[in-house]
Amino acid sequence: MIELRNVNKVFNAGRPNEFTAVRDVSVSIAFGRVTVLKGPSGSGKTTLLGLVGGMARPTSGRIFLEGREITSLPERFLTATRRKTYGFIFQHFNLVQGITALENVLLPAYPTGEPHRGIRERGMRLLSDFNLEGKALSKAEWLSGGEAQRVAIARALINDPAVVIADEPTAHLDLRLSMEFMDAMGRLLAGGKTIVMASHDPVVYESRIVSEVVEMRDGAVVDQARRP
Amino acid sequence: MGPWLERQRRILEFTLSSLWRRRGKNGALLLVYTGIVFLLSSVMLFTQALKREAGAVLIGGPEIVVQRTVAGRHDLVPDGYAGPIRRIRGVQSVVPRLWGYYYDDGENANYTVLVPPDQPRPEGSVAIGDAISRSRGANPGDTLPFRTHKGEPLALKVDRVLTDESRLASADLLHVSEADFRTLFGVPPGLATDLAVSVRNPRELTTIARKIAEAFPDTRPILRDEVLRTYDAVFSWRAGILLSLLAAALMSFIILGWDKASGLSAEERREIGILKAIGWETSDVLLMKFWEGAAVSLTAFLGGVLLAWGHVFLGGSALFLPVLKGWSVLYPGFHLAPSVGASQLTTLFFLAVVPYTVATIVPSWRAATVDPDAVMR
Repeated sequence: MIELRNVNKVFNAGRPNEFTAVRDVSVSIAFGRVTVLKGPSGSGKTTLLGLVGGMARPTSGRIFLEGREITSLPERFLTATRRKTYGFIFQHFNLVQGITALENVLLPAYPTGEPHRGIRERGMRLLSDFNLEGKALSKAEWLSGGEAQRVAIARALINDPAVVIADEPTAHLDLRLSMEFMDAMGRLLAGGKTIVMASHDPVVYESRIVSEVVEMRDGAVVDQARRP
Repeated sequence: MGPWLERQRRILEFTLSSLWRRRGKNGALLLVYTGIVFLLSSVMLFTQALKREAGAVLIGGPEIVVQRTVAGRHDLVPDGYAGPIRRIRGVQSVVPRLWGYYYDDGENANYTVLVPPDQPRPEGSVAIGDAISRSRGANPGDTLPFRTHKGEPLALKVDRVLTDESRLASADLLHVSEADFRTLFGVPPGLATDLAVSVRNPRELTTIARKIAEAFPDTRPILRDEVLRTYDAVFSWRAGILLSLLAAALMSFIILGWDKASGLSAEERREIGILKAIGWETSDVLLMKFWEGAAVSLTAFLGGVLLAWGHVFLGGSALFLPVLKGWSVLYPGFHLAPSVGASQLTTLFFLAVVPYTVATIVPSWRAATVDPDAVMR
């Protein structure tokens, strides 16, 4: 379980452009389920997602991962925890241009010091799971939007994380590709992964695989609905 | 292979592929960088080789050379000075030397003419340096014409071509007999160019030199160490002139290198953000940037030094021969003996590799310490 207690995130604190992105949020995210942070643009869902995933530290409040507080971990340990526990899928996919799809998939595994053969085999298997084995050696910039996103999903899974975090994953996809994405998430859920997504797309938050929707507005949680 | 080594390998691989991705920009930088290292190390290698040559010339020479001066100018010294100097305690030997310069207007070259004190030569013969042999096309058995101080012709038969450990010394050398020397230059019997004094104990050098100057106030004893220091100063001064000429190029490179290394493009910044976001630590990013700086500067260093080595020792230092050598003679086909000093290479290494690598890491450190969620915003 990931638990947030009275979490606040303030940007540019003390300056004229001070901005509170997340205010006094307390939520619990259960493992083995799909949780969606829902809300309009600027509601604070991406910032909250970053806090859940240990990408940023809250200005105040505490975050627990399986009962262990991660808020005050030194950067090295926080990064190691993040690398082992979370896989990230970004809104703009954020693939590194100029290198191949396979290299992009392998990137998060480089600092682990795992033997190359092992991570390469895993990367190829992931690409093949997403029907991309033929694109393994294509440069990132040659991929279509759908392909780029599947490469991004494969990259998120290379270190076999327990939790997959996706920020507005369908924002740049048409309906068919959005449905395909949700199917992929369904397969990950079936494989035992926990999925946390930020989205204001009904294809995402109305999907049958979603078991919890946290609705946000102006940085605060306004509703938390659990589905059976 | 351990995880530590694997991590280094993977990150180095990614660094090299990153450099290759921006090959236009990095290639241009590498080219300029290599050029600068090439120029700097050419000057260093050339100066060092010249100093070494000069040292080799002097190492077998006498510890003290006694010159006579008249009105502050070098003048011929009477052989009779040798006896009293030899009697000074600590002096091993005193040898009057005959040497001078002969201007060959046919070749527009100055030769050094010497009477070898330890190997008396037969009258009418000459041993010549290999540069003269080449330029005059003279070989043993040929006769070379000279003109005496009175304008009369003097024909000397070549019996040997001199080769020496130091070609700088032997290239323009003529060995003649004492009689031919006196005929050629009109040096009267009983007078020598200078006196070569050998000393038993090197620690007594300055005392003996002082005693010589006291016994013969019209002489000037010159210590070998002083000559070495003068050579050193002259070559260092010449190297300094060349370096100051290169200063503008150096400065512009430093600005370019600093700008390239210290400024991160928006693309690089974004990439660092992505790497951080997908689980790279700050130290991983810094390791990558370290390898990037090290790869560029090490390649430039090795390439530049190798090119300079070829330029100085194989190509005859064609680029700055006139400035650095500045001898009275331009030697035809003159080549320096290769010699590379570890300390100078180390200095160059630290000047070329370390600042660039540091300049690459510092700005990345700033970029790499931002929260990884910056890439999501």
